[in-house]
Amino acid sequence: MKKIIFFLVILIAATSLLFVACNKNIENRTDNTAALNPANIDLNAGTWKPVLLIGPTEFPVAAPIATNSPDYIAQINEIKTWQADLTGAEQASVKYWSAGAVFRWNEILRELVAKHNLPPYQNPDGTYPAPNANNPLAYPQFPFANPPYAARAYAYFSAAQYDALVAAWYYKMLYNRPAPYTVDATVNVLIPKSTLPSYPSEDAVVEGAAVEMLKLLFPGDQDFIQQKAEEHKRARIIAGANVRSDIEAGELLGKQVAQKFVTRARGDRAGTAGGNQTVWTQLETDCIARGEVPWISQETPKRPPMLPLFGKVKTFLFDSLTMVTQIRPAAPPSTSSQQFKDETNEVLYYSQNPTRERMRIIQFWADGVATFTPPGHWNAIAAEDFLKQNFSEVRWARNMALLNMAEMDAAVVCWDAKFTYFNPRPSQVDPRIKTLTGLPNFPSYISGHSIFSAAAATILGHIIPARATDYTNMATEAEMSRLYGAIHYRSDIEKGFTAGVKVGNYAIQRAVTDGAE
Amino acid sequence: MKKILRQNRLILLLILFLQGGYSFAQTDIDAIMMEKNAFCVGPMYSYSSWKNYWEGTLKRDNQNLGRVSTQMVGLMGNYGITRNLNALFSAPYVITKASAGTLHGLKGIQDLSLFLKLRALQKKIGYGRLSLFGIGGVSFPLSNYVADYLPLSIGLHSKTASARIMVDYQRGNLFVTGSATYVYRDNIKIDRDAYYTTEMHYTNEVRMPDGANYNFRAGFRNQRMIAEVILNNWTTLGGFDITRNNMPFPSNKMNATTVGINLKYVLPPLPQLSIVAGGSTTVAGRNMGQATDVYGSFFYVFNLAGKKKSTGKTTKTN
Repeated sequence: MKKIIFFLVILIAATSLLFVACNKNIENRTDNTAALNPANIDLNAGTWKPVLLIGPTEFPVAAPIATNSPDYIAQINEIKTWQADLTGAEQASVKYWSAGAVFRWNEILRELVAKHNLPPYQNPDGTYPAPNANNPLAYPQFPFANPPYAARAYAYFSAAQYDALVAAWYYKMLYNRPAPYTVDATVNVLIPKSTLPSYPSEDAVVEGAAVEMLKLLFPGDQDFIQQKAEEHKRARIIAGANVRSDIEAGELLGKQVAQKFVTRARGDRAGTAGGNQTVWTQLETDCIARGEVPWISQETPKRPPMLPLFGKVKTFLFDSLTMVTQIRPAAPPSTSSQQFKDETNEVLYYSQNPTRERMRIIQFWADGVATFTPPGHWNAIAAEDFLKQNFSEVRWARNMALLNMAEMDAAVVCWDAKFTYFNPRPSQVDPRIKTLTGLPNFPSYISGHSIFSAAAATILGHIIPARATDYTNMATEAEMSRLYGAIHYRSDIEKGFTAGVKVGNYAIQRAVTDGAE
Repeated sequence: MKKILRQNRLILLLILFLQGGYSFAQTDIDAIMMEKNAFCVGPMYSYSSWKNYWEGTLKRDNQNLGRVSTQMVGLMGNYGITRNLNALFSAPYVITKASAGTLHGLKGIQDLSLFLKLRALQKKIGYGRLSLFGIGGVSFPLSNYVADYLPLSIGLHSKTASARIMVDYQRGNLFVTGSATYVYRDNIKIDRDAYYTTEMHYTNEVRMPDGANYNFRAGFRNQRMIAEVILNNWTTLGGFDITRNNMPFPSNKMNATTVGINLKYVLPPLPQLSIVAGGSTTVAGRNMGQATDVYGSFFYVFNLAGKKKSTGKTTKTN
């Protein structure tokens, strides 16, 4: 009997230890972000240079109703009704969205990219199906949000928000409608007060532009997106930051501006970047004709190269002639050269001698399958730094647009080089080379990580000069991660880095002339 | 997939050799106890591999992995604190490899597992004897190996704690043993600071679902030899499925049911020495490889009290 008691005591003690000792809940770094409280509300942003809009009045915003009209008073009462009986979920929603509209929608886009960054599984006959934008929910789901797709998505998404906010700021100044809590002092305000005119709502502008862009970019996730949009708009009303007419005018403006970006996107040649068998064969034939070893897919069954014509996509920061003459890197070392052999041997060394620290670097920067891709990683880095800068929404959008136009153009430059030279991966030319991260299914030269990271570090170093050295160090680590991972030669990363700095400098050129500095 | 393998290892090692394949004699999951002051120790080797795996519930192969194998070399031991209370340990070195594709395998020292095994009750029932056991265990990584490289990482790098109830009934030379285990798994840290499961996470910490293990074994057992069949089920309590053509992740819902055999033979001329061998195969699973494994080991019994009488013969449970 004593033994039984002893046994039971031990068992109970052990079990309770298991359940009590451990709280496994995990917080995201951005869960408890403070409400956006801009140091400078950028009242002149209506004069900043838009990306696509001819000017801020291209999509006119109607004059708001008077703040003493019955309709407006009804809208004030809508706020008060919400505030009279707030649930915990509603308060949490206000807190979430108060961190910033551009910031939260940027996070949402990163999440969508990560969800969709999955290469399609092969057909029974060994070919690969392509996602279909018109049937996005059928397997393989549309899109396959690989790095070029993602880079382009971030760019359109950010630039559309920026242009829409420039227009919004113009009309904010023009109509100068005060915030609800200024009109009616009995309205509670659950976020930091601002002297920024509230019509049209900057939050709704961002939301409207985001939703409209995401119809094109992630057509299969509309339930998730619409739910976020409704939550966002409601949070602004609950917070006392906007009345319904602020929201409606902002959302409409955001959608209209975004439609201009959708039109550009439909014609930017990304839709045909996948190529076809003729294109794929031609790339190989041309490479052989130049006397070089052509890239061959290392996947089984052999997968067509990722978006071989993405190098033809219309860029934002420079034209295609500039790209070819000023930015495209010179040819890589010939596959028959001594330098090529030496560089291959260097890759073999890293393949055979992984250290824990190099594994950490490889993993940290891998940004492969099911991640938000390297441009997404740089969005995350930028966003978490921007949070500390107390930027206004319009400056947030402008800086994100600069970053992401650079990233998209970097993708175009990179894919242009990859499919101009069609250079084989190290593990193709030396099968002893095993990779320490997933091997991307496209040619080696130049390294995408290197150009993405160098372009991002360059423009971010301009936006936050105090962090410039840090960004450069991060970019250097990111590019080296690809050599450590045994998937790139040193030439790939060095020339990629150089090209990335050039792309970043075009973004800086725009930054110093857009009226925001 | 590989993860599975590795997961098996982990589970095994960490938890207690729950997997049939790791059911060595005198483990935390059998009804065998060492006599007081007897210390049984020995090396083990196992080879496990799979070609097919379950992506969620969908069974598939992967031509870019080929056959994924895991080899383990380990040291295991069992010390008799008293004849009713034993302490056990194990520590493996793990090597992973994929036969196809470009991915590099990994190797390294994995996790140390420690168990306390208490025989709380022995009672004659009819012509046989019933024994009741309580087993508690912990495990923790012995090196800073990479967890987030499935299916080729060598382990999941989670600290675990486990609690098990086990019942054994022996009549003559025949026995049955059943056990149920709850395994608490601590969160792990990975090298990236953002990852997607079914939603985005901005942290380097991964919430690890706990697990449950059910083990049933029956066969022949006397002082000279053991021959048993083993049915084992590992169920992850939570976790998520691998999405289509995605890579596995440490917090996936990994389940596996295995069947196996385990044999132990004590050498007549040298009763301190016993040989153990066995194998198992996976009959059902989720987010794991359909692994088949074989293992073998030698155990030598020392009497730390200085008496000469101890042998590798197992203490009868009845």
